[in-house]
Formats: sequence, structure tokens, C-alpha cells
Amino acid sequence: MLAFLVQRISQAFLVMFVISVIAFAIQDGLGDPLQEMVGMSVSEEEREAIREELGLNDPMVVQYLRFAGNALQGDLGNSYFYSKPTLEVIAEHLPATLELVIGASLIIVFLSVPIGVYAAIRPQAWLSKFFMGVSTVGISIPVFLTAIVLIQLFSIGVTVNWFPSDTGWGQWLNDFFTTEGGLPSYGRSDELTHLFGTWESGFFTGTGLMHLVLPSVSLASIMLPLFIRLIRAEMMEVLQSDYIRYARAKGLSAGRINFLHALKNTMLPVITVGGVQIGIMVAYTILTETVFQWPGVGLMFLEAITRSDIPLIVAYLMVVGLIFVVTNTLVDLIYGLVNPTVKLTGKKA
Amino acid sequence: MKKLIAAFVGSMALAAAPVALSAEATKELKMAYDADPVTLDIHEQLSGGILQLSHMTFDPLLRWTSDLGFEPRLAESWERVDENTMRFKLREGVKFHSGNELTTDDVKFTFDRLKQSQDFKAIFKPFSGINVIDDYTFELVTSEPYPLLLNTATYIFPLDSEFYSGQTEDGKDKSAITKHGNSFASENLSGTGPYTVTERKQGVRVEFERFDDYWDTESPGNVGKIVLTPIKENNTRVSALLSGGVDFIAPVPPNDLERIRNDKNANLVTMSGTRIILFHMNQERVEAFKNPKVRQAIAYAINQEGIAAKIMKGFATPAAQMSPAGYQGHNESLTPRFDVAKAQQLMKEAGYEDGFTITMMAPNNRYVNDDKIAQAVAAMLARINIKVDLKTLPKAQYWPEYDNRAGDMMMIGWHADTEDSANFYEFLTFCPDAESGSGQYNAGNYCNPEIDALVQKANVETDLDKRAAMLQEVEQRLYDDAAFVPLHWQDLAWASKKNVKIEPVLNVMNFPYLGDLVIE
Repeated sequence: MLAFLVQRISQAFLVMFVISVIAFAIQDGLGDPLQEMVGMSVSEEEREAIREELGLNDPMVVQYLRFAGNALQGDLGNSYFYSKPTLEVIAEHLPATLELVIGASLIIVFLSVPIGVYAAIRPQAWLSKFFMGVSTVGISIPVFLTAIVLIQLFSIGVTVNWFPSDTGWGQWLNDFFTTEGGLPSYGRSDELTHLFGTWESGFFTGTGLMHLVLPSVSLASIMLPLFIRLIRAEMMEVLQSDYIRYARAKGLSAGRINFLHALKNTMLPVITVGGVQIGIMVAYTILTETVFQWPGVGLMFLEAITRSDIPLIVAYLMVVGLIFVVTNTLVDLIYGLVNPTVKLTGKKA
Repeated sequence: MKKLIAAFVGSMALAAAPVALSAEATKELKMAYDADPVTLDIHEQLSGGILQLSHMTFDPLLRWTSDLGFEPRLAESWERVDENTMRFKLREGVKFHSGNELTTDDVKFTFDRLKQSQDFKAIFKPFSGINVIDDYTFELVTSEPYPLLLNTATYIFPLDSEFYSGQTEDGKDKSAITKHGNSFASENLSGTGPYTVTERKQGVRVEFERFDDYWDTESPGNVGKIVLTPIKENNTRVSALLSGGVDFIAPVPPNDLERIRNDKNANLVTMSGTRIILFHMNQERVEAFKNPKVRQAIAYAINQEGIAAKIMKGFATPAAQMSPAGYQGHNESLTPRFDVAKAQQLMKEAGYEDGFTITMMAPNNRYVNDDKIAQAVAAMLARINIKVDLKTLPKAQYWPEYDNRAGDMMMIGWHADTEDSANFYEFLTFCPDAESGSGQYNAGNYCNPEIDALVQKANVETDLDKRAAMLQEVEQRLYDDAAFVPLHWQDLAWASKKNVKIEPVLNVMNFPYLGDLVIE
């Protein structure tokens, strides 16, 4: 266990080092941060003075060494746009993103497990076929399209009059497809509950939850079909295995077999995939946050790029790198807990 | 489905209903702009966002009316003392948010600070000083007769000298202007304006509350609270308005104009703007561009009307000069000249019948439809056998290329900070001179000392009619010379809910006077 952690921590340092080098290498292609900081009519002389002050004129190696020296002391520099330490800026935006990820994860967990299990147990039921069909569609629709459709349906609302409204059934169908709108289409709620430090949450107020609905559903829409299909496939395989047949032969109840014996083994690969997907989720939060103006780190990062806010870009990449390393380590640990036969030490066993 | 959602939304709306305020200005305005002010220090950056903030939280000495005239604000009246001096009378009894009273000391403090500001000092260069006469009288002095004295005075938003003087707890000078990093002024604010900033989370939201002691009691404005949310994404901003999430949005993207116009709950206001979009033809990089006939051929080959109609969906005013209508230099007689046959003829006369190949660069996220416009221009040039190798870049990467003059033809958009034609020429067509900074954005390296001299003469002409005639002549000569390729002035668009009466408070400079906004 200890050896495993030591190995992982040294790996983490290596990853961070590589990320920081790459972030510095691409710096030249990100453009001149001065353009965002000064008006157009400011003379070249003035610009040069600010550039000098910011240390942008130093050779890349000097800039990198200065950055690395400070980074080792926990200082990742100041954001040009926010005029604050980058880590503080990220810490302020992180709760919003985590809230979104948690919201989406809850939707995924609470829907994918029952649907996946049901579809595995009753593969021929029409409901299973329906879920499978929908999930195929779900996988192939890009997240921003889902988001725009959701906003149109549930924020702005649509009035449908495809059916003859003078007949009872036509009116009923029109009403059924007509949506009123009214769900918030952008941003977080004004009413956030203060938890601790800079951490505020929208989970505890009505409007806070309302603001979470559409972004979370959009974000979940990418992963949900994948997990349903994964759980179904794994579960079907497990149900074919000998120990399940044996359990059936022993006359154990169906519920006990399905949910205790089978589901446990189904979840192993699901957890591994889930860990990897968390990383992908980070990428998708950028899209989701942009469409919904969700004030999290994804939106912050995208705007930092358009502003060439180099210190913030570098810091974000470092933090995301760290999150990847930590979640992957945690996934391995959890994997070990669920299935103790897995060796964690990383030695050739 | 409909009923269920309606019930859910209804109950939530009830729970969130704001408690009514007792003061007269009780309405709340939620607005979404494409960006929020980068700082609360109005002297840190010269940009549209900062000017919008200045008009909300400060007040200028005088301000522009919607027809580009002047209207007194903190200065009650002004009179010319001599060629170089203008005397202003300050309004009495005006209070700052801090409770301090406005006097000429504050104006002097502000003037001196503007002279220090990297972004503003260029505008204030013609001013040699300020004379304080008494608590409510002062004079602005220029080193030469300066016709744009009043234009520039619209940039003087008096700061609270007492509030911005002294040191912070950690020993920093409160009056310091810092381009990056924290300063006192970038986080604290005390002006005389209709609103104070009560909460600010950069990039997320800014909250304003109406200032109880606001001096302008005549103002019809009845908005007590403003919440500004920056929404960069066009679709999201429009959806926020259509779904009722916000009351007022700007800018409205051209693609959504119809959608908003057709919405029965929304109100759309458009105006012809003052930002010119144009292409420079670099004479240093391309020998052929030195020939006026080739430049004219290009001017004849480009269909400004077509671009404005098709690509901009009618949301632009085709241009044949830099000065928009209303500016002194605007020359009525100049209209777009689109004539392909004539263009081909000119190419033939210049000896380039077979054409040549050039490179072209344009940003792809700075101006409305910038990359599409560049593509269209490239296609139009193909008809006179000029083959264009086009490259479009995000603005962060584009401007360094622009500074290096990296393309043979480069796009730029320009708005005159002084709302005056001379500003266009000084930056975009003056002979480039690194020392004086003139022609700083003249990526065409066009140089005509005669025209420059004429503009400089106009700049010390205080007879405004004579001056206008000179500037109009400048436009004519630039047009005849085809010094650049004008495309259009970008139009402006705002949208609001029906009950928010935005039209009277909007202007071409795009800083709405929200203090006067009425919500029914």
C-alpha cells in the first residue's frame, strides 16, 4: 500500500512537470495578453513597459524557472484578468463545477444502475428495447445540441399546433407536446448556501436546484447512455456465469441473486471505466458551462484562453492534471476494496 | 407535462419573489452583456465595458446626447475664455457615494490621474493643465487651440479625491493605477453616479444599487437594483432574454435579430454604429499596391452593399469612408463604388491584367462575422484575378500578427475614442512613425504627408464649420487615392422585455444611460 502511494506520488510529480513544460511551450501561440489589458490607442512604448514589468520579455527558460520555483512554494502566479492568485481564482470557480459534476453523477448513478440491470434481466421487454434505442440516440448527439434543445423546450417553451385543435385528441396531443418553459437557462442561482471557506452550494435552495437541472441533465446526457449499456452488457455476462447458475439452483431468491451476487461483480469494470470517464467529464464541463454560462472552471478556462491569461491557463492545466492523478489513484484504491484479490503494489506479481 | 412544469416553476417563483423596496426606485433590472467590466478603476482601461461602468457609477462633466450633441451633467455650464481655455462651472451640492461633496479639487485630482493613466493619457495629451478658480469654477487649458476640448471632457468622470487618497492598510497608495494585480481603486469605488456597486464577482455577476443621494432628481429612472451577468455565448444570451431570465441584453447577434423581432414579449432596438471595418493594403509588402490604380481596382471590386445585406443580414451600414454620419468628417457624396467591369479595366491599365497573388489576414472572433467577410472579400478579388491566400485567427493570436504587419491585406475595425474623424486618420492612415506613435495601426503603410498636414491643421481649428470642411476634404482625398478598403460600420443592437423602455437611454457610443431607464 505504502509503496503504491509513493510510486503514485512520484508519478504525479512527473505528470505535473510534463504538463507545466507543455503549458509553457504553447505560450507563444496563445497570443499577446497585452491586447486584453490595454486600449487600442495605447502606444507601443507603454505596452513595452508593461510587458517588461510582467516579465513577458524574458527568455522562455527564465520564465519557466521562475514559475517552477514559485510553484514549488505553492504559488502559481497571478491571473492577469482577475488580478488575483490563480489558485484562488480556481478555488472560487471549482465549487460550481463540482456541483455540476455531482449533479450529473447523481443522475447517472440513479438512472443507469436500475435501467442497466433491468435491461439485462429482461432483455426482451419492450421497455428494455426502448431504453436501448434511446441510449443509442443519446450517445450520438453532441452535448451542446442537447443543451440548446433543452433550453428551447424547458426555458423558452414551445407552442405546438401540429394537430387539429378542434378535436379532443388533437387538443390533448398539442397540449402534451407544448412546454411552458420557465426553467433558468443560464448561470447559477443568486441564493447560494454558504458552506465553508469560499464554498457555496446551490443544492439547498429551490432556485439553486432549478438552476442545476438543465446543465446537469445536459452533462449527464453524454455519460448516461454509455453507463446503461456498460452495466447491461456486464450484467448479462455475469448472469451467464456458473456461480449465478449455482445460486439459482440452490434456490436463492431472484432479488438476492441479481442485486447481491451479480451486481457486485458487474460494478468492477464499471468503476474502472467510471474513473476514466471523470476525466472526460472535465472536458465536457467546458462545453456545458459555456452553453449555460455556468461560472465554473471550464468556462473560466475557455475565457482565459481567449484573453491569453497565461498564468491562469497554466494553473488550470496543473490543477486538472492533479485531479486526474488523484482520481485515478482513488479508483485503483476503491477497486482494491471491492475486489481484494487485486494487487495494488504495482510490483510484478 | 406542461401543467406539471408550470406548477413546479410557479411554486419556485413564489419562493424567490423579492421583497418590495420602499423607496421610489423599486424596479429591478437583470441584464446580460457579453462581458463585465474588468476592473472598478475607470482609469485603468479605455474600453467599452469600462465606459459603460463609468456612466452607471460616475457622472461625466458633460455627456453625448443621442444625436451626438452635448448635454451638461456635473458641469452646469461652460464658456470659452480664449483660444486655449474653456471655463466650466460645476454643479453645487453633488454628493459622492462616500458622502463627500463634489468640488473642483475632485476634478483636479481626476484630471491629474487621467494624465497618469497609460490608457487615457494619449487622449489628454492636448491639455496642458487645469486651473482651479474656486470651489465650483475651473478652467481646462490646452497648449494649442483644440477643437475637441468638449469631446474629451466627456471622459472626465470626477473621482472622489478624499476617498482615493491616502494609503490602504497594507501601505499601498490608494490613488495608484495598476494594470494587473490588485489596487485599491480596482476594488473600491466612490462616484457621483446613479448606482453604487454592492457586490462583484468578476466574470460571474455585478450588483448595483441606486444611490439614495443621487443629485439628478429630475431623472425619470426608476430602477433601484441592477444585476449584470456577463454571457459571452450569443445563443445563451438570447435564450436568457427569451426565457425571461434577464430583462435586457446587448449585443444582439445578427442571426437572432429576426427571432427577437418576432417575439411578442421582446423589444429590439438597432442603430447604425460608429465602428468602421476596413482592409489595409500593405504597400511595403506588395509592389502593386503602390499603384493607385490597383488600389482603386480593389475598391471597385468589393461589393460593400452585398456584404452588408448577405453576410451581415442588413445589420451593417455600407461604407465608402471612415467617418460615420454625424461625425464632422462625414462626406455625404462618398458612396460605395462597386463596378467589376471598371475594376477589371483599372487592373488592365495598371498592367496587372493577369493579376497576382497576395496573403490576407483577418480575426475570426473579434468583429461580427469577421471571418466570413474576409472570405467574401477574397472571393470578390478573385474576379479581378487577385488570388488571395486567406488566414483567419482568433483575436489573441491576430493582434500580434497585425502589429508585425504579417499579411498583405489585413482587417481592422476602429471606433474613434474622441467620436471624431481625425482619430481615424491619426491611427489608420497617417504616415507610420514609431516615435510619435502616429499611424500606429496603419498596416497599409499608406503615406501622404499632404493629407496628414491637412488633418493637423484641422486639429487646431476651433471654427467647427471650417474644420468639418477640411476633414471632409480628407475623406475625399483618401477615397480618390483608395488608401484603404472601407467595408461597413457595424450596427448596434440591444433587446429587452417589452416593459423595459431602453430606447430613450441608448446611443451610438453604446453606453446606455441606465440611470434614466424606466421600467413600466
